[in-house]
Amino acid sequence: MQQTNRLRPFFENITFERDDNELVLNFGPQHPSAHGQLRLMLHLQQEQIVKAHPDVGYLHRGMEKMAENMIYNEFMPTTDRMDYIASSSNNYGFALAVEKLIGLEVPRRAKVIRMMLLEVNRLMSHLFWLATTALDIGAMTVFLYAFREREYLMDLVEDYCGARLTHAAIRIGGVPLDIPDNFLGDLKKFLDKLPQNIKDYEDLLDQNRIWKMRMENVGVIPTEMALSWGCTGPMLRASGVQWDIRKEEPYELYDEVDFDIPWSDKGDNYARYKVYMAEMRESAKILYQTIDMYEETVKNNQTELMAHAPQYISAPKLDIMTQNYALMQHFVLVTQGMRPPVGEVYVPTESPKGELGYFIHSQGGAYPYRLKLRAPSFWHTGILTDLLPGHYIPDVVSIIGTTNIVFGEVDR
Amino acid sequence: MRRYAPKDNVQAKPYYTDRFWVAPQVPRSAVGDDEVFAADLAAIKAKFEVAEAYIQVEQMVVYIKPEDNYGVLELLRDELGYTQLSEVSAIDWLADKGQFEVFYQMLSMTKRKRLRVKMFIGETEAVNSVEKLFRSADWSEREMYDMFGIKLNNHPYPKRILMPDDWEGWPLRKTYPLQGDEFAAWYEVDKIFGKEARDIIGPELRDPAEVNRYDTKRFARLGHEVPYGADLSEGETKTDLDYQEEGGVFLIEKLHEEKSVVIDDRDR
Repeated sequence: MQQTNRLRPFFENITFERDDNELVLNFGPQHPSAHGQLRLMLHLQQEQIVKAHPDVGYLHRGMEKMAENMIYNEFMPTTDRMDYIASSSNNYGFALAVEKLIGLEVPRRAKVIRMMLLEVNRLMSHLFWLATTALDIGAMTVFLYAFREREYLMDLVEDYCGARLTHAAIRIGGVPLDIPDNFLGDLKKFLDKLPQNIKDYEDLLDQNRIWKMRMENVGVIPTEMALSWGCTGPMLRASGVQWDIRKEEPYELYDEVDFDIPWSDKGDNYARYKVYMAEMRESAKILYQTIDMYEETVKNNQTELMAHAPQYISAPKLDIMTQNYALMQHFVLVTQGMRPPVGEVYVPTESPKGELGYFIHSQGGAYPYRLKLRAPSFWHTGILTDLLPGHYIPDVVSIIGTTNIVFGEVDR
Repeated sequence: MRRYAPKDNVQAKPYYTDRFWVAPQVPRSAVGDDEVFAADLAAIKAKFEVAEAYIQVEQMVVYIKPEDNYGVLELLRDELGYTQLSEVSAIDWLADKGQFEVFYQMLSMTKRKRLRVKMFIGETEAVNSVEKLFRSADWSEREMYDMFGIKLNNHPYPKRILMPDDWEGWPLRKTYPLQGDEFAAWYEVDKIFGKEARDIIGPELRDPAEVNRYDTKRFARLGHEVPYGADLSEGETKTDLDYQEEGGVFLIEKLHEEKSVVIDDRDR
């Protein structure tokens, strides 16, 4: 056993010097294209990878443990820190899980606003994915363009909730705020420009020789492998399974909007890239429809934003300030927390990365007895074990790029 | 006298519960209510022993015997179309029953159904790995081992995944405190500086909300600032800092709107 000290750190007894031709390469955790804190132990024969061991946990904050020691509403901002690229979708997954546990029905306007936020988050996440992946492969222009568009979306979310990255924009039982006056106009303005923007990216990338060489027939995930590894979201859809939770097990108002599920049977990096691009167009399509839906709720005077369930959800601010009983209940809910019924629930939602599931086991207390976060990126990192062998070192970067892993979510 | 605090569950507990309060239940329904689940359950029952089964929040929950887990999941995957294993984890019931409740969250894409296979195992018992059936179990079982210390049979790489390899203790057990235990407090000190530096450095502060008003070396103190490392045991010393509120230097006397610049065009 190696004697470890400050100058000779502990390397899990990996022998870097070997007698055969195999070379052990330590990739990450501080590597610009490791997308955060991924560490890969790669066994190489010349430039070719023969064995890969992804090592995760460098961003582990023990969120499940924290959840067991927090009241339900207190945990909401912590969920932001999972997939911090699209934090509203994490908020939403948790809110939906608790609502299912309680059996709450959310008012229609809140549902519409939630859907808007979810799709804006999906666009933010996909633009971020495109930007960073393109940058990893060397397409700096696309990075700048995509970040410019993402900035508009971040401003939009900032107008809504005041935060750009960690939104905490969704509450259990609804949404805290109505959308501001300029929101719909700004969103429309953005959406009208989006098709041209996407076309710009595609013009830069689609037929780009370098892009195609790095993407086509690289990182091919066969359908069986994707299913076996628990892949979800674009990773699964690019491998020939037409499965989108928004479509198959619709939540919110996704059964009322019209959109398609882009998919491909190629399974390589390029297929995933095309799926992401097509999904952005679909998100825009959904957003146009939610704008109409919102205007409809205005016309029908459906102004409620939070569900009415005094036992679990605080009354609107006006009631709290004017009615004694509402104030008392609000006080109890803030200091002691809501107590959902005894039981358990697993609620999957389609986050931009894939199936984001919240498993909550409640014993009827103010703290969840067990909360399991099923984050899609965890398995999308695990699949690198089977995916990387046979590829070459430069492919590692493009494969990590297209898996779209976020380490806040992998390590939780 | 110090209040008795049970050691078998050290997680946060509500400070007050009404003594007449009865927790409501999430409704359960019989498996027979759903044709698809009824058929699935019949197929499982034909080959394996099922202790209990019900439907809760649109998903079926089936309790099986721990030694059957591989067989049941194989049946589910090959014959009943549950081709994806979404999640494997456990619930700690050591304080109440001395057992773990292990669950497998399954998804059938053809039937659009989700079900949860559950089983109870003792603290020292091992679980058969289902990694041969679902590769995703490779990582989720490792996480389960890492967090609860549940041992695995036939797992190809039964190592910790999120915590460091040389970590001691099982973080998600109810006996494990939120801020970590004694081992956690010394882990980084021992590793980076060596055990001999323990006296100089002291244990790691693992409570992020900790505020010590006599500590003038870490972070900021609540109240008034004092020079770094000042000794406060004899009371606070007078500092050179002046505060606007106490007649110090005024930074902004009054805001004159005509003298200030208002940024209203963000594309400027």
